[in-house]
Amino acid sequence: MTINSTDQKTEEGVTPAMERQDGKLEEEKVFKDPVHRYIHVRDELIWELIGTKEFQRLRRIRQLGTTFLTFHGAEHTRFNHSLGVYEVMRRMVENLEKKGAWDEEERLVCLASALLHDVGHGPFSHSFEKVFHMDHEKWTREIILGDTEINKVLRQMSPDVPVKVADVIAKTYDNKLLVSLISSQIDADRMDYLLRDAFYTGVSYGQFDMERILRVMRPEEDQAVFKHSGMHAVEDYIMSRYQMYWQVYFHPVTRSAEVILSKILHRARELLAENYPFKITPIHFKSMFNGEVTLKDYLKLDESIILYYFQAWEEEDDPILSDLCQRFMNRRLFKYVECNPSKQMLIWPELQQLFKKIGLNPDYYLVIDSSSDLPYDFYRPGEKDERLPIHLLMPDGRLRELSRESDVVEAISGKKRTDHKLYFPEDFLSDQTVFAEEKQKILSLLTNQEG
Amino acid sequence: MLNEHAKLLAFFKQTGEIVGRKKLQKMIYIAKKINLPFHEKYQFHMFGPYSEELTLRMEEMSQLEFISEVKEKKAGYQQYRYELAGKGEEFLGMTGYEFPEVTGVLQEMNGQSAKFLELVSTVLYFEELSKEDVTSKVFKLKAKQNYTEEDIDEAYAYIARLRESMNEGEV
Repeated sequence: MTINSTDQKTEEGVTPAMERQDGKLEEEKVFKDPVHRYIHVRDELIWELIGTKEFQRLRRIRQLGTTFLTFHGAEHTRFNHSLGVYEVMRRMVENLEKKGAWDEEERLVCLASALLHDVGHGPFSHSFEKVFHMDHEKWTREIILGDTEINKVLRQMSPDVPVKVADVIAKTYDNKLLVSLISSQIDADRMDYLLRDAFYTGVSYGQFDMERILRVMRPEEDQAVFKHSGMHAVEDYIMSRYQMYWQVYFHPVTRSAEVILSKILHRARELLAENYPFKITPIHFKSMFNGEVTLKDYLKLDESIILYYFQAWEEEDDPILSDLCQRFMNRRLFKYVECNPSKQMLIWPELQQLFKKIGLNPDYYLVIDSSSDLPYDFYRPGEKDERLPIHLLMPDGRLRELSRESDVVEAISGKKRTDHKLYFPEDFLSDQTVFAEEKQKILSLLTNQEG
Repeated sequence: MLNEHAKLLAFFKQTGEIVGRKKLQKMIYIAKKINLPFHEKYQFHMFGPYSEELTLRMEEMSQLEFISEVKEKKAGYQQYRYELAGKGEEFLGMTGYEFPEVTGVLQEMNGQSAKFLELVSTVLYFEELSKEDVTSKVFKLKAKQNYTEEDIDEAYAYIARLRESMNEGEV
């Protein structure tokens, strides 16, 4: 019998207990996938988790947030990525099982954790987390442990499975090897998102030989390590990470859209606090703005809701909110100049004064964005006990940190990886029908500092 | 302008030199947990709570020469020493950022070992659990550090003292 998650819903929206004793589906299910060709599902647990409403919600949240405004193909979702991470993990486990037996429950905990690792992400979550000091990992835990369909499906397996899955995702699970497969310097999550993001953005770099990496992976007590003979495949992965950061994740146009998005949220929060009479009451935002978001409220948020409000706010009387929303919706983004904060600080007070004089609030229209504001990291070996680096397994059985063996990795590990950009509305400044002198002065200050 | 950077500069102004990245990571985490205004995102790693955002921010400030970073060789590994630099002090002055005056608390924290701060930050990470569960987590997740029950008691006492100081403003 084939299982159809929709047909099998009960009145409470919960799937019934697993049908087969061994927890396997009668027939394997496959999803076509442009990155891994096929995603194979054999376990009933995984199939039922995919069918839950909390997991389906990920279809309405883009993986790369505002990147679609720079790379038009980047419309892929957290749903695609989560299935991809599951598939990479399934292949990892399949390979590692050849080196030693895995406990069946541990295998399922591992696969479920890979599938659910991002389930707490909200729409444009990077900006939301920055503005509201929220943490998607906290929501992931609540979704897994709270009153949700996901929790019910996991509990069918065993009452302690939800806690185990939540602990693996939070990296606090006892089995460190298992944790490292999902979250470390080279893990299923990163392998899928690098390949997937490269595919959907259409960039030609970002490729590496994942199959080879999986084949040279060897389990150790605390983490998976890589046979020295596979070093070049790991080097390619590090190069892919490096290229993707600069070319895609740190792209200045995407950062401009993120800046505007954050400022919209700031403005809406400020207006709500002042009891500004919104034409459409932003009920979905209220609990978030007053810091009392419930799980139920949180799960209602997706990108369609957010974009609905942004479109409505284009018509608001508040000129800042309306302008920022029009900019975001119609892609009239801020321009930028490179910025050195130690020089910038000398002209900052003057710039602020000039902005105020021409009627632009500098809190919303003059914004520095730093590389540390972005949620991506480079590979760095780091200091002892700082963070676990990638280890190679040498022919004599010793472990060596990757950059000590690889000239390529050593070369890029030492590179400058930081930058700061100053964003501003060039269109307002170029229109010199009013305040021509002040606007020229602003443009001159901005251009000169770029040097 | 660069408020999160300014906070860190103000922090260094009160702590003085900090030796070791691990110690710095744990100090900021503990500071955040006792309600000092830090917003760096932390995740649990092999050696306790760790923030990649903080690492990158420190790299930015060292490249801007706001913070002096001295790298020294220890037995088999690198160690980093951090201190507020003149340019950073000047920048802090220009931003006008006001950080709470907690010099006493921070200097006492800086005087603790990185290993103890790793334990304190781990206890804080799991603080929603009972002490018994936290102890079990520490023994399982930090087996290699060989923490004892006495060490854990000391960590709890230290956290209570920190919070008391913050509440009473005895800083």
